[in-house]
Amino acid sequence: MGRQSRILAAMAIVILGVTACGTSNQASGKIGGTVHILGTWTGAEKDSFDAVMKPFTDQTGVKISFEATRDLDAILQTKIAAGNPPDVTGAPGIGTLIKLARAGKLPTLDDKLDVSQLNANYGADWINLGKIDGKLYTLYAWASLKGLIWYDPKAFAAKGYQIPKTWDDLMALQNKIKADGGNPYCVALESQAASGWPGSDWVKEIVLSQSGSTVYDNWWQGKQKWTSSEIKQAWTTWGQVLGSNGSNVYGGKQYMVATTFGDGGQGLFTSPPKCYMFNQGSFITSFFDGYTPKPTAGTDYAVFPLPDVSSANAGAHVVAGDAFVMTKDTPQSRALLKYLATADAQDIWVKRGGGKIAINKQVSLNDYPDAISKSLAQVVVDTKIARYDAGDLMPSDMQKAYWGAVLKFVQNQSQLDSILADLDKTQATAYASP
Amino acid sequence: MDGSLGLIARMPVLQVDWGTLVSVNLPTLLFVVVGVPLALVGYIVGADVLVRQLPKRSQPSVRPWVWVGPAIIFVGVILVYPMVGTIVRSLFDRHGSTFVGLGNFTRLLTDGGILIVLRNNLLWLILYPGLVLLFGLLLAVLADRVRYEKTVKTLIFMPLAISFVAMAIIWQFVYYYKDPSEPQTGIVNAVLVNIFHGQPITWIQDTRFNNFALILIGVWGATGFAMVILSAALKGIPAELLEAARVDGANEITIFRRVILPLMMPTIVVVGTTMVIFALKAFDVVYVMTAGNYNTDILARRMYDELYSAGNNANASTLAVILLLAVVPVLIFNLRQFRAVEERR
Amino acid sequence: MSVATAAPPTTPPVRSAAEKARWSQRISARVSSAGLNVAVVALTLAWIVPTLGLLINSFRQGGAFNTSGWWTALAPPYAFTLDSYRAVLGASDLAPSFFNSFMITIPATLIPTAIAAFAAYAFAWMKFWGRNWIFLALVGLLAVPLQLTFIPLLTLAVKLGLNSGNTLPGGLNAGFLAIWIAHTGYGLPFAIYLLANFFRVLPTDLFESAEIDGAGPVTVFFRLVLPLSVPALASLVIFQFLWVWNDLLVALIYVGGTPEVAPLTVTLTNLVGSLGQHREYLTAAAFVSMVVPLIVFFSLQRYFVRGILAGSVKG
Repeated sequence: MGRQSRILAAMAIVILGVTACGTSNQASGKIGGTVHILGTWTGAEKDSFDAVMKPFTDQTGVKISFEATRDLDAILQTKIAAGNPPDVTGAPGIGTLIKLARAGKLPTLDDKLDVSQLNANYGADWINLGKIDGKLYTLYAWASLKGLIWYDPKAFAAKGYQIPKTWDDLMALQNKIKADGGNPYCVALESQAASGWPGSDWVKEIVLSQSGSTVYDNWWQGKQKWTSSEIKQAWTTWGQVLGSNGSNVYGGKQYMVATTFGDGGQGLFTSPPKCYMFNQGSFITSFFDGYTPKPTAGTDYAVFPLPDVSSANAGAHVVAGDAFVMTKDTPQSRALLKYLATADAQDIWVKRGGGKIAINKQVSLNDYPDAISKSLAQVVVDTKIARYDAGDLMPSDMQKAYWGAVLKFVQNQSQLDSILADLDKTQATAYASP
Repeated sequence: MDGSLGLIARMPVLQVDWGTLVSVNLPTLLFVVVGVPLALVGYIVGADVLVRQLPKRSQPSVRPWVWVGPAIIFVGVILVYPMVGTIVRSLFDRHGSTFVGLGNFTRLLTDGGILIVLRNNLLWLILYPGLVLLFGLLLAVLADRVRYEKTVKTLIFMPLAISFVAMAIIWQFVYYYKDPSEPQTGIVNAVLVNIFHGQPITWIQDTRFNNFALILIGVWGATGFAMVILSAALKGIPAELLEAARVDGANEITIFRRVILPLMMPTIVVVGTTMVIFALKAFDVVYVMTAGNYNTDILARRMYDELYSAGNNANASTLAVILLLAVVPVLIFNLRQFRAVEERR
Repeated sequence: MSVATAAPPTTPPVRSAAEKARWSQRISARVSSAGLNVAVVALTLAWIVPTLGLLINSFRQGGAFNTSGWWTALAPPYAFTLDSYRAVLGASDLAPSFFNSFMITIPATLIPTAIAAFAAYAFAWMKFWGRNWIFLALVGLLAVPLQLTFIPLLTLAVKLGLNSGNTLPGGLNAGFLAIWIAHTGYGLPFAIYLLANFFRVLPTDLFESAEIDGAGPVTVFFRLVLPLSVPALASLVIFQFLWVWNDLLVALIYVGGTPEVAPLTVTLTNLVGSLGQHREYLTAAAFVSMVVPLIVFFSLQRYFVRGILAGSVKG
């Protein structure tokens, strides 16, 4: 890349920083050209992404050439191996990115982003999350909160149930619901090639809250065995939530494995309710909107974070979000990544809903579109221990084995030991560099 | 843009370049549609003219290569060249640095989980080609005798035309499981519950049924394929032959066994071979429906995982070579078959 | 070579009418004819159940298929809607992606069909060194998992400048050329296998008499082999067209999923949310994308008629 274009890129960023919501006639600062982005966003998420990109294109003149695929691992690895990478990639998990970074296939961002600016606007956890072996490779532009229990406030009120504040409260509540003849939970695990992931969310949330961030970090890094007492304990704790043979879950184990995760919340809204609680990330509201009749946020559903399992790790939350990575160093991809880190960009995202929470601290809580998303953003702000989704951090084959283990576990909890032993076997090979 | 459809334009940055589409792609397409056949005809006519310049004696040994040449070049580059790399990689460790001989093969074939995979592949290998041929032949032969043949063939063909993107949702309407307390939304369970008063079954997850349920998805999709080809072969059987047999007083079943079946046999072998190979390569159905969970994994899906999830090229290549080797017996059968055809003529 | 009239499909009743005396045979023909119709109709009905479910659900409200079976929609109150079709037909990139699908599919069908016909002719009717073994190797290559060809071939394409986004002389996106070549290679093994099988069973005396008339192989190929193999060629064209039209992965690899080049499959898949929101759009999308392959099927179906060969074959 020529020096001239670097200067142009730098100029564009200055202008970007200055003009918040651009008047688009600063022809002198326009980089022009095209940035080719590979991502997984389709449907409404793609529309949101387009909306976020519009001011960027207006200000820099950089055209967006976006391509979406659900097989991101396959397409990205093939294109990089063939020497035809996209400029920027937005990946839902970073297992593959870690492999690519270690193989020297990705440029670092340390010298390409304004790190001091980033330090000022981002929490340290979010910057560290982007680091692989100490170097900055990925950037997060939004988060979604996991470990949320969705419930129908009317149903809770009718039975006099209280929102559980502690793990013991939750256990007491589930027993009470059962004693009243109801089903405490809906759990739906079917998700085609990714079946099992909703259950893996339960386990990772429990690991973080029960055993803390050190165990959690060692675990996703492959240094903590699945058969270790901490990880096993998390599974058995989840087993207590499910009840023996899934007896705490509406429809039991057959329902769990056969029901598409997006439909799992329907049981909350029937009369009488088929279940009272449903654990899912903040994005699930986009599925609620598709139910007939459509439930209303606030009156038909509300949310509380999964209570802390251990008070030692109070305020620990699992978050997720797409990781943006530069797969080809061009002035346009630098400009784009810088833009994505700005409050302006993230503001557009959160305003459009879909359960996205801004990471840039300059984004005001008042910009969230409704009470629920605002309260979730508040949870993120208050979070003391934030950890990224462990499954999305693991190598992709480890993650798939993890999902598969969930399916085996819910069908027969007594096989836990052999399930975990199998996961250890995968762990032994999955972390080897290619 | 897209004013003709009266639709809302999206963000201006994402507008499609209609200029290029119409000014470049459309002429190119026309050029290709007219030009490619012309070029190919020109090639074969021109090459034959050149061959005729050769001494008469060497013509028969040169001419065939003119005809198979383009195919061999394409296949050589697109399929053989990558396969050579694959075979080499199957003999090295995952870093591609250490030669391990057949080490990958022995390791993969003795892996604990492989038995179920092989069992499933065997199930696919037997049931999928068998049922596709059975239904394909039945439909081709029976539909040939009814007046509404075109309608039947179109309806059987339709599954082929449904993109695999929609596969998961179609089969949700057939196999979906709902708790017995709710109305079933999948037709199989609805019939089971409402007509036979049974309990609904998780067809895709229940290890007693799921492999069969998945194979049925494949059979449903491929039968139209078999039917069309077999029907083309059936139509190639001269009507006089059938008429003569009928005049001789043979009943329809005898005619089918003595006249139709032998004449169609080469085509049945082609369809059967193709289906056997497709069964070995079966990937889409399992990938989409179960991702190999619930004891439904098969070799080709495992290969995909090794390639893209584990990034283990050696294992992926080894599995591909195993698939290629598994085809050899079928090829030998084919060799005998077309030698027999040639002897007959 | 004369085109004989196709035998009437319902031969038995016609013939039995001519033999009025033989009542018993007539009755048994009636019974077997009824049995035939029942069998055909039953098989067909069984086959269309999934498609029918898809069709009906494509006209239902978004979440409806989660709560009640599609067959319940056939009873009042009727609550059909065009919402899913509106969403699909309203996709902003639909029209260009239709065009791109043609751009990819037509050449990727024509080229392999033509090249395969040449090769199949040689394999069926010429003698040359290694013929059977080369042919078998070709059939065996059907088993090559396409995924393993992606990296080496895309690397090659990039080195040759055939990656999507590069513009060839004349302004064509190089990705299109790459995918035509790739689909040609992927399609050839089956195409050659199928055509050679049909060519091989053509009657030998045709070739002998043509040779006596002094016709060269080019003349024999274009005047005899191709016209006599129209049903086989038609079915090959149908399948190659279908495979390419419905392909998603190969397209994403060689041409990519950006709107200027994305085929219909990419655009339709992208209607559904990243996590599967609005999966119901796929029901309508399936029918929208099915229209073109069905037109191809209909227009080629008239070549599947009996009797093209009749009259030129000695029994």
